[in-house]
Amino acid sequence: MSTTAHEHKEGTTRLYLGVWAALLGMTIVEVFLAYEHLPVQLMLICLMGLSIIKAALIVAYFMHLRFERLSLFLTLVPMWVLVTCLMFIFFPDSFRLLELRWP
Amino acid sequence: MSSAGQQAGVSSWEGGGSPFSINSKKLGMWLFIISDALTFTGVLMAYSYVRVASEEWPTPFHMWPSIVVSSIMTFCLLTSSITMVMAVTAAKQGRVQAAARWIHFTMLGGVAFLLLHANEWRELIHEGLRPFENPWGTPMFGATFFSLTGLHMLHVTIGVVLLGIIAAGFKRGRYTADHVEISGLYWHFVDLVWMFIFPLVYLLSVSME
Repeated sequence: MSTTAHEHKEGTTRLYLGVWAALLGMTIVEVFLAYEHLPVQLMLICLMGLSIIKAALIVAYFMHLRFERLSLFLTLVPMWVLVTCLMFIFFPDSFRLLELRWP
Repeated sequence: MSSAGQQAGVSSWEGGGSPFSINSKKLGMWLFIISDALTFTGVLMAYSYVRVASEEWPTPFHMWPSIVVSSIMTFCLLTSSITMVMAVTAAKQGRVQAAARWIHFTMLGGVAFLLLHANEWRELIHEGLRPFENPWGTPMFGATFFSLTGLHMLHVTIGVVLLGIIAAGFKRGRYTADHVEISGLYWHFVDLVWMFIFPLVYLLSVSME
């Protein structure tokens, strides 16, 4: 099958090690943030922001999606984003669940 | 966007081309990964939902051992990902022994992760954590913790077994470099999921005492 595929542009070992170091660095920042007394919303934004960046780095470089054709990215990622957003439709219920609870 | 993989003059929509320019096995793995990503999204969202809707969410994770050990577990998974990248590179260059060796390092990272995680479970169970009761607060904490981390551990276990089979088969010439790359995709995905479980489950429940 691989005969039909064009030669993918590959990253170098140096690039991958850089990504690995960046991922480790962001993990250390996350652990540090966990012990800072930040408001919950800010903490969530920081931690999830860093996690999304880490996930993007893993998908783009380790999983080679950056080196694949754009059509593969467009088939996979927007669908995931859309379905995840749709799941959030239920989420506001959780905020009022405490008041709805039977005493 | 190049037109490589398509026959001259034939559009992707008319068939006869390869719109993704990847082999069918790799496309299959990507489709599995994206559906599995939705499974984990659903489970993580259920966890967040229960957490927001609960009054006293437990914060049982002390710096030592929980946070230090889970950070080491993160290091194990991240490092096993980079060794998997090395394995794929070696496999594509036809260096069979080197590829098998890198896959074995990757499996070692996975096994270290599993052992540390199992020990973490054992300690929490020893402290009284059960699926529907615990000494710290909301009873549902145990159910969400065990199902989330358990589902992830199951994925890591399957990954280690898969890599073992692929490494042995690649050495014997049964599997190709494509198989190594595709099993690598799965392994990186398992790593990726942990990047969300670690902050959401552990770092947002650290004990400040």
